[in-house]
Amino acid sequence: MNTVFAIASVTIKELYRRKDFYVLFVLSALITLMAEAGTFFHDDKIVRYLKELCLLLIWISALVIAVTTAARQIPAECEQRTIFPLLAKPVTRGQVIAGKSLGCWLAAGLALVVFYLFLIAVCGSREHAWPLLNYLQAAWLQWMFLGVVIAMAVLGSIVFAAPSSNATILFVVVIGILLLGGHLNQVALERPEPMRSVLYAIYFIIPHLEWFDVRALVIHDQSLIAWWAVAAASAYAIVYAVLFLFAAWLAFRRKALNT
Amino acid sequence: MAAIIQINKLRVEYGGAMPKVALKGLDLTVNAGEVFGYLGPNGAGKTTTMNVLLGFANATSGMAQLFGVDVRQPIARQRIGYLPELTYYYKFLTAEEILRFYAKIFGIAKSAIESRIDAVLKLVELDHARKRQIKNYSKGMQQRVGLAQALINNPDLLILDEPTSGLDPIGRMQVRAIIQRLKGEGKTVFFSSHELGEVETVCDRVAIMCEGELKAEGKVADLMREHGASLEQIFLKLIGYRAAA
Repeated sequence: MNTVFAIASVTIKELYRRKDFYVLFVLSALITLMAEAGTFFHDDKIVRYLKELCLLLIWISALVIAVTTAARQIPAECEQRTIFPLLAKPVTRGQVIAGKSLGCWLAAGLALVVFYLFLIAVCGSREHAWPLLNYLQAAWLQWMFLGVVIAMAVLGSIVFAAPSSNATILFVVVIGILLLGGHLNQVALERPEPMRSVLYAIYFIIPHLEWFDVRALVIHDQSLIAWWAVAAASAYAIVYAVLFLFAAWLAFRRKALNT
Repeated sequence: MAAIIQINKLRVEYGGAMPKVALKGLDLTVNAGEVFGYLGPNGAGKTTTMNVLLGFANATSGMAQLFGVDVRQPIARQRIGYLPELTYYYKFLTAEEILRFYAKIFGIAKSAIESRIDAVLKLVELDHARKRQIKNYSKGMQQRVGLAQALINNPDLLILDEPTSGLDPIGRMQVRAIIQRLKGEGKTVFFSSHELGEVETVCDRVAIMCEGELKAEGKVADLMREHGASLEQIFLKLIGYRAAA
């Protein structure tokens, strides 16, 4: 386990020594602060729009950070040949995959903490209310969502040749699931066979990432989700992440490395 | 004498558009405490042998062991240090951080990590630059970081892939001195090189490879006596090199 944590710590260091995160955070902060500065329609409850905007930016930024970081991990190791001194140590390829994924997930979690602290500070100073548990549930479920996305990106990085094609395909798939995943079963009902069965199969196979999008909980101050449901959703995300990482290990364990 | 590296009938074939047999049934033994020079022209199979020993490439048939453990087991690499021909390290880390990272991977006790980092950085004379990111190092300094990481676990076997390639004369001298020092400590060193003079100076035994086959193996002095020629002449003869008239 030490090996996995050691690899993860290097991945985290890489993220905070690169500029991606800072650029995205500054951009999100600037847009939110500009929106906050305006008094739209003389509406005191404008803070809801502010939350909506800020949460959307957080979702986009976190997704970009997670996908771009995870998609380049293994290809960059191979391309820059850092994989060779690493595998010359008592390290298995499975540990490399586990360490890289864990590192990306923890790094994405750190980024989320920074983003949410900013959101809480901005919105709290405006509405003088601190529904911290709502923020906690929203952030936690988003982190679980990112765990599945990172596992998909790591699998894609072994299957696809270029990180850019992996990232593009992943963005399309993730956004597709977020927008349409929950409606596929209804669409299936309106289709003739065999399309109906195909759509149903897709509906039951894909990870339902849209379940993790609980932004409304924060925007509309809805009552908290039952903790058992949060735990069940977390378990669901972990199962999918493990399945994707297992597939990544199967693809990577015998893959020839071009020396 | 105990065999540290044991290779039997090792065959490696590469498939793809241009199939190639990189090793044709190699038999090789490297004993404890030896400095072993692995020679051959480009494409002879030296790197392929190292790749199999380090688990980067799979053998088509045959067997390779390190310390009596099959090279496919990661634990076989617990007591080795490896220096690749070129420096491939995380450039965003400092020398100290990269050594700490590898030390953790080797499972070195936390209390011993810092003293071990101090020792290897002093050995490769990089103590003054330990907190600088590797991307800001010169090529020679990067090569020395490579050597430091290869030594972090105090290995019993050091595998060096052309360790002096691209180094200036001072860098070469330092690497040679380190190899001699390790030899004095009873470590085993297995290294490939094109520098025959260097091999002659530091090696106990050598193997000469050509086109995936072992052409000669033995003590440098024995080979020279047997062939009545210098190591360079023996090397050129065995690889079938004929100088243009």
